[in-house]
Amino acid sequence: MANNRPKLAVFKFASCDGCQLSLLDCEDELLAVAGKVHIAHFPEASRESVRGPYDVTLVEGSITTPDDVERIQKIRRRSKMLVTIGACATSGGIQALRNFRDVKEFTSIVYAHPEYIRTLETSTAIADHIPVDFELRGCPVNKYQLIEVLNAMLWGRKPQIESGSVCVECKRRGTVCVMVAQGMACLGPVTHAGCGAICPAYNRGCYGCFGPQETANMDPLSEKLAGLGVLATNIARLYSTFNAGAEPFEKARRQVEATNN
Amino acid sequence: MRAIQEQNAFIMEARELNRLIETLAEKGYETIGPTVQQGAILYGHVGSAGDLPAGWSDQQGPGTYRVSENGDSSFFGYVVGPNSGKSFLHPSRETLMQASRKGDLLEFVDDPAPPERYALIGLRPCDVKAIEIQDRVLLEGLYVDRKYKERRDLLFIVTVNCAKPGGTCFCTSMGSGPAADSGYDLALTELNDDRGHRFLVEVGSDSGSELVAALTTKQATAADIDSAGRQADDAAEAISKSIDTTGLREQLYDSLDSPYWEKIGARCLACTNCTMVCPTCFCTNVQDVSDLAGNSAERIQIWDSCFNAEFSGLHGGSVRQSIHSRYRQWMTHKLASWEDQFDTLGCVGCGRCITWCPVGIDITEEANTIRKRAGQLAGTVEDAP
Repeated sequence: MANNRPKLAVFKFASCDGCQLSLLDCEDELLAVAGKVHIAHFPEASRESVRGPYDVTLVEGSITTPDDVERIQKIRRRSKMLVTIGACATSGGIQALRNFRDVKEFTSIVYAHPEYIRTLETSTAIADHIPVDFELRGCPVNKYQLIEVLNAMLWGRKPQIESGSVCVECKRRGTVCVMVAQGMACLGPVTHAGCGAICPAYNRGCYGCFGPQETANMDPLSEKLAGLGVLATNIARLYSTFNAGAEPFEKARRQVEATNN
Repeated sequence: MRAIQEQNAFIMEARELNRLIETLAEKGYETIGPTVQQGAILYGHVGSAGDLPAGWSDQQGPGTYRVSENGDSSFFGYVVGPNSGKSFLHPSRETLMQASRKGDLLEFVDDPAPPERYALIGLRPCDVKAIEIQDRVLLEGLYVDRKYKERRDLLFIVTVNCAKPGGTCFCTSMGSGPAADSGYDLALTELNDDRGHRFLVEVGSDSGSELVAALTTKQATAADIDSAGRQADDAAEAISKSIDTTGLREQLYDSLDSPYWEKIGARCLACTNCTMVCPTCFCTNVQDVSDLAGNSAERIQIWDSCFNAEFSGLHGGSVRQSIHSRYRQWMTHKLASWEDQFDTLGCVGCGRCITWCPVGIDITEEANTIRKRAGQLAGTVEDAP
């Protein structure tokens, strides 16, 4: 029976494990997932590890070591469909902050014997190294979106994942704009939808956990934030979180910093 | 001054407003009206006049909105909030169909829930006009939106004419306010002066007439009618924004290649807020979702926007990759091609797209600039603002 079901594998690179745990967090749907796929490799969930090839592979985390660079190639070769999940895998994650600093200096401060550390200068998205079939955003990913992607892959259809702004989600759920009505700093207009606009619904601005939306126009937002009285250093910080390495966010941060200097 | 027919106009004391709401509820309507929520005036459930935003007003400008308590006893001292009749008649999410597997067969289920029977109380005249426009789109075209029709057929509208416009209003340019001349069951004008706090009630339908019969009212006097007319005139006078619509359609069509669109595109976030808050924007996407086991599926209609890339997605990608091409699509649809399609403009001048644009892009300014540049025409375009 197990042999007839599509094989699912979950692999981890530099990350906190939160996104793969979203799969375990599915609770109500988890049994259905387990009934539909053969969980062939998922160290967080099962000791069983079956060799590839895999029908669907989920990859969490970013590429940060020379070993990662080789390992992801092998995983790709063993995977029919490969889906990257989470901010680390899709934009390099919070650890992409290293991309803008001297990594040697970090290792010399952090480790007693930095000579044992083999690490790259940068933390990069999986898609920078191999072709990826679908990228699911978020820090962490939304578990319903994760199930939707799995579902779509299993049935051979397109995942219903929108790539517009978080504002769409606020308006659909009836949340009043916190930026327009309260003058709060919010990254919603430039941020990829998917979380369901959680933060504004709890009266906070969006933190950009899902990275840039499909056509993020950063400069007008930077100007707006400055107009609301947000200091340039703080605007730069807003752009330097879980998706600091995503190109529009990185460019906007550099732009704000350059204007400020 | 607006002509109000004396035999059709009544005076209702302010305290009778509660009776009006209760009577509608007794008749089986879900009573929706303005309420203070999340730092804004939002249409939501109102059980009594006590739920209305008495003493609240709003201050609006491009990209900014605030509410405050002004201590006034008026129920309707604000302008408009971010939601409108659209949120109820054409909601953001609608299940169109469900199917489940029964053995070898698929069983299709239409939504079994009966349609909501809404009474929209306190809709502004621009929002009443917006419903008329959505009617053209969703009821009077080739395809009828069934669920919209069901709710629309049962709808009761109590409009409240505007006494004071907001900072982004331009209804006078669109012929949709500040007082309503059609499309309502009852139209109220709130009068709160030295002759007391009262409503002038105009009847617009048989069900409106029936409701008035259940309330304590008296015939309006010439003085009341004069006050109501004056209030509407003052409101119209106080509106600061305008779009000159004469020949606008042709001028927009002539300006499709104007480099000015790119200047707007550089400022536009493509966040979709303007379209989401617009009371006439009707575009939706349809999603088919299924469960993991493959035993049940749903077809869901959700609000979409021409500012999303996928909205114009065809085989191979989006037709409107650039943000400026999406803004151009939106504005020319509202102010030009809507007329070709539906024989009316797609704008009612409520100003929501200006207020709720995070960066305050102002459709009146942009339309007027395009006009001006079209007037100056080719060659000298660089000099225009």
